[in-house]
Parts: sequence; C-alpha cells; structure tokens
Amino acid sequence: MNGSLAFIFGLPLAVVVLFFALSAYERRRGIATGPGFFQRNGLAVGLYLVLAVGFWAFFIILLPQLAMVDMSFRPKLPPAQMGGPKDLYTLENYRYFLFGSTTSTAEWNWLHIKAFFLTIGVSILITLINFAICYPLAFHMAQSASAARLRVLLLLLILPYWVNEILRAFAFRVLLSSGGIINQLLMGSGLTHEPIDFLGADVGLYMGLSYAYLLMMIFPLYNAIESLDRNQVEAARDLGAPWWHIHAFIVLPHAKPGIASGCTLVFMLTAGALAAPLVLGGPRTLWFTPIVYDRFYQAFNWPQGAAYAFILLVSCILFVLVVLKAFRLSLGEITR
Amino acid sequence: MAAAVELEGVNVTFGDFVAVRDANLTIEPGEFFSFLGPSGCGKTTLLRTISGFIEPTRGQVKIGGQDMKGIGPNKRPTALIFQNLALFPMMTVAENIGYGLRVRGVPRHERDEKVKTLLIQVALSEHGHKKVSELSGGQKQRVAIARALAVEPSVLLLDEPLSALDLKLRQHMRAELRAIQKRVGITFIYITHDQGEALTMSDRIAVMNAGVIEQVGDGRAVYAEPRTPFVASFVGENNRIRGRVSAVEDGFATLDTPLGALKGRNPVALSVGQEALLFVRPEVLRLHANGGTSGFAGETLDVAYEGSVSHITLRVKTGQKVTASVGGGVPLPAAGEELHLGFTPEDGLLLALPEGHGR
Ligand SMILES: Nc1ncnc2c1ncn2[C@@H]1O[C@H](COP(=O)(O)OP(=O)(O)OP(=O)(O)O)[C@@H](O)[C@H]1O
Ligand SMILES: [Mg+2]
Repeated sequence: MNGSLAFIFGLPLAVVVLFFALSAYERRRGIATGPGFFQRNGLAVGLYLVLAVGFWAFFIILLPQLAMVDMSFRPKLPPAQMGGPKDLYTLENYRYFLFGSTTSTAEWNWLHIKAFFLTIGVSILITLINFAICYPLAFHMAQSASAARLRVLLLLLILPYWVNEILRAFAFRVLLSSGGIINQLLMGSGLTHEPIDFLGADVGLYMGLSYAYLLMMIFPLYNAIESLDRNQVEAARDLGAPWWHIHAFIVLPHAKPGIASGCTLVFMLTAGALAAPLVLGGPRTLWFTPIVYDRFYQAFNWPQGAAYAFILLVSCILFVLVVLKAFRLSLGEITR
Repeated sequence: MAAAVELEGVNVTFGDFVAVRDANLTIEPGEFFSFLGPSGCGKTTLLRTISGFIEPTRGQVKIGGQDMKGIGPNKRPTALIFQNLALFPMMTVAENIGYGLRVRGVPRHERDEKVKTLLIQVALSEHGHKKVSELSGGQKQRVAIARALAVEPSVLLLDEPLSALDLKLRQHMRAELRAIQKRVGITFIYITHDQGEALTMSDRIAVMNAGVIEQVGDGRAVYAEPRTPFVASFVGENNRIRGRVSAVEDGFATLDTPLGALKGRNPVALSVGQEALLFVRPEVLRLHANGGTSGFAGETLDVAYEGSVSHITLRVKTGQKVTASVGGGVPLPAAGEELHLGFTPEDGLLLALPEGHGR
C-alpha cells in the first residue's frame, strides 16, 4: 500500500519535472519560440496548471482505465483471496467472450459475439443516420439562416436535452408502446388493425439512440461549415456547379474534420450507450453494453465485465482510427 | 450585335433600404466598363444583380439581348471574380482553374489542355500543381482570373479584385488586367472605389452615389465634364464654392459668392437666382494671375513640394480652404504670405445644388 501511495503522489510530480525538462530542452534547442510556458503564465499559475492537468489526466482518465485493464486479466476471486496465490494473470475473461463457459458445448460464444457485432454495426448505421439528419440542418444554420432564425433553431435543438436521458428514453417508450399515441393514431385512422410492436422490432431503440447524441453531430458539423467562406459556395455556383456538386466538392471537403469529429463522437457514444438499450431494447434485443452491465451487476464478475468493456473500447478506437486513416485525417485535425 | 449588358430601370431593395435605384445602362460588347463609387454605394449589389445572385426588385437585366429573369448565376454567361477571390483552398491551382469545366462535364484531356493554355496566359505554368495557399497575392489574383476565364464567359465581372494588393502590385495588375481584356476581347465590368484605377483602365465609367448612377461617360468626360456636384468632387480633386446665380450669358454664368462674383461655364443651364456650386480644379488655378481672371485671395497655409508639382493651400476670408497645384519652375510663395489664385471662366464649372443639400 505504501508503494502505491508513493506512486500516486509521485507520478504528478514526475509529470511536473518532465514538463520542466521538456521546456528547458526546447529552449536550448531553439524549438520553442516566444516566451516560455512559465514565463507566460507566471510560476505559480504555471505550476498550478501543470499539477492540475497532470492530476486530472492521471486520476480521472488514466488510473481507472489502467485499473480496469489490470482487472480484466485477473480471475474472479472472493475478496479474501485477492492478491493471494491464486490471483494470477490470465486470459480467461477474453477467452470467455469468444468461446463461452468451459462447460458449454457450443464452439463459439455466439450470443455475445453477435451482440458485439450488432452493436458495432448498428452504431455505424446510427452514425450515418445522424449525419444524414444533421448535415442539411447544420448547413442551413451555418450558411443561410438569419441570426434570429439561428437562435430559435439552436434553442429548439438544445432545450429537449434539458430532460435527462432516462426520461427521454421512457418518453419514446410511452410514444411507441402498443397502447401508445402512435399506435392509437395508426389504428384510429384505420391504417392498421393491430398495434404494431415497435419496441419488439427495435424501432424504439434505434430512434432513441439516433436522437440521444444528435447534438454531438450537429455542433461539430455546424462549426465546420460555419467557417466556410460563403463566397466559395457562390463562386462554385457562378462557375456553373449544380447544388450537389457544390456539397460534394466544396462543402464536404471543407467540413471533413467536423464530420470526422461528429461521427467519432456519435459512434463512440452510441456503441457505449446504456440507458437507451436498457429502456428501449425489445425482449429479444441483445445490445453489448447491457451484457457488460450484467457481467458487473448480475454475474458479479467484475474481471469479466472489465474485459468486455475493454474489448468494446479497443474495438471502437481501432475502428475510428482505421476510418480516419481511410479519409486521410489525422487526430489533430478533428480537434480543430 | 446585341449589347453585352443592359439594365432597364433596375431597383434593388433590402427591406426598406434602397441599395440600387433606377439603374439604366447599356454596356457594349468588348467594353472595359467600370463602376466607381464610395464604399456602400451599391456597387457590389449591382454586380451581384448582373451575375444573378440577387433578383432585382424592379426592372430588367438583359445579357446579350436576353432577359435574365429567373436564370440563376450558374446558367448566366457571366463569371464573377469576388472581392476576396474565393479560390478553393483544398484544390490545386490547376484544379481551381479547371473547376468550371469539370462541372460542365468537359472530358479530362480536353480540360487539361485548356487549363494548360490558361496557365500560360496568366504566366503561372510552373505553378499548376501548387496549393492556392502557396501562392503570392498577385498570383492568386491571376488564378482567380484564369478560373473565371476558363468557362468562356461573355461578361467578366470583377469586384474590386485589386483592393487587397499593395500599391506597386496593384499598378502592375492594372496594366495586366487591361492587357488580358484586350487579348480575350470579352466585356469586363469592373468595380472600384479608386478613381485612379477607374480612369486608367476603363473605356467608360459609371459613377455611383448612394445607389444612384449619377453619370456615365469615358474618363475624360467624368473628369472634365462632371454633370453633378458628387461626380465633380468624387472624381479628382476639386475646389467648391457655393453661391447664387446673378447673371447668365451664352454658356457662362456668374455666381454671387461670399468671395465675390465668380464666373464659370454653365453646362446645366442654370437660371438667374438659382443656388449653385462653382467647381475649380486645383491644376487650373494660376499664381499671381492678372487681368481678366477671377479668383481667390487669401493667406497661404501650406506649400507641399512634390518635385514636378507643388500643392498650395490657401485660406480664404470665409475660412474655407482652396488648393492649387502648380507645375515646377514656378516661384513658390512662403507660408503665411498673402496670395491671389486666378482662373479663367472656361476653367470654372457651375452645377446645380442637389436637392435637400445643406452646405
Ligand atoms: N443582403 C443585404 N441586406 C441588407 N442590406 C444590404 C445587403 N447587402 C448590401 N446591403 C446594403 O446595401 C448597401 C450597398 O452595399 P454594397 O455591398 O453593394 O456596397 P459596395 O458599393 O459594394 O461597397 P464596398 O465598396 O464597401 O464593397 C450597403 O449599405 C449595405 O449595407
Ligand atoms: Mg463591394
């Protein structure tokens, strides 16, 4: 315990020292231009910034994740045996994801594998739907809406998100249930005679998920398109370009970083969403995150839950990196 | 041959604000035509109306004899060069120039040929593969011109394309633009608030003020024969004295002013008793003038020696300043010296006071 305490407080200090060393090195090599970090912010503020950021990055981001990764490679043990002779590193939790329990007769753990790929696939689909919904709106907001219209639109977009995620999910449930307004309307107008099982068909889930992270798509898109000089759109039009050509060759290339960051956000968040699948998933739906949740709280198998969460995280990151590479975008660009 | 561009009673309003009022104009094919006016007078608005981005609230725009109503900018035989050029930053120079051809579906090899020719025309053949951001200001300018010329417009519209350049480059580009226009032979409609630019480049100039085209004519006409006080003071320097007409005789009139009776030409047929303005150019004023000239007497405030010319500022007894530009070789007065500047009636110009004009 003493060792880890020293580690916990020593690391931020190490970060500070490293930072000093780096800036000194840059200074000597003449890489850095202008006043140095500490000269610009003053020693006290500079030290505070470095310590705070170091602390934050370490405690909030790095440490829990590292603990999770570490846990995912350990067997499930009662607390008394943790750190004991049986607490050895193992790949068992990852093996379980692929092949299921050692007593099962099936060759693969199809249930979980299917849920995993369904989650990834549907997340991609929902990202694309989100993009299709948001692009025209973002373009209108950024390029042609008057200031007054823009304010109204922004308000209309943001206000619904004051309602929390669970309530929103339940609202979809109420709306789409067999006795819900939509079914009543459909039956009342004579279009159908039986209520349609929207929730069982996962319509509710997909709607809920599409809606949940709409803002994460629209704002990066809006920002990116907003920075496009209107004259460029007009120049293209003046040169004879039809509207689709302008979007495909002028607006989209310009907005590429915004599209990438919006899509990355929506994809990651959708793949990791928990509330919507729990509330809106039909009885046969198998989304990956509820499975992860079950590992932790139903099976009380934290190491396995950690392994599952880690699998999802790494797959998502890899997927995003591959897509970015395919579109020739660097990580630096999407944060512009 | 039909006129290149005709404006018939064109009005453009934004809400209650009239940006262009009753523009009537005919621009001939192959002409280098300039709109000259101060910032905010509606030049860009008029140009955007010709190119099709704005539909006139009232009136008609005809290009090549055809009414352009309802025809979008992508369908008009015009090409616009924007005030900020609006080159496409994610494309290379060659791609920029070829863009208009690409959207027209011109096959690749034909397009490449054409782009190559244009690159040579604007002296950028070495730079086709470069990104736009790697070019200098003048080079960007030429890319914009080539991009517009690529679609073979019958009218090229230029919105203050030189305003972002430094003086030297601007002067160079003036000559170059003029040469390009001579070479391709199409109509250029050029917007500027710089009268020097308009005078040196244009076949004809339309002087605009607050949405109204005040006068159309060649450079000599708008400079030497202005028909409104605005044109007289906006194009070139001018001294201006207000008064009331006391006598009229064929072609000339005498104005009663606080500085005495001053005589000048009367092209707008002012009648006795009318309020009017007398304009006298600094370069027609003579030092120590004698005999049959009228003129101004006052104290020399400042003498600015510029080599070939000197500018003398005089304060007359009303407190108003009068400027004279005299050639080299003339003995110059000293500051503070009492001086008399004279002009012949042929060099004075009388114009009616605009309605609702205060001072
Ligand atoms: N879309 C618009 N809505 C409202 N008013 C406008 C609009 N476009 C232009 N105006 C107004 O019309 C007037 C003329 O504008 P315009 O851009 O044509 O001026 P300009 O002569 O090109 O000026 P500059 O030399 O500064 O470019 C200005 O007062 C401007 O505020
Ligand atoms: Mg303008």
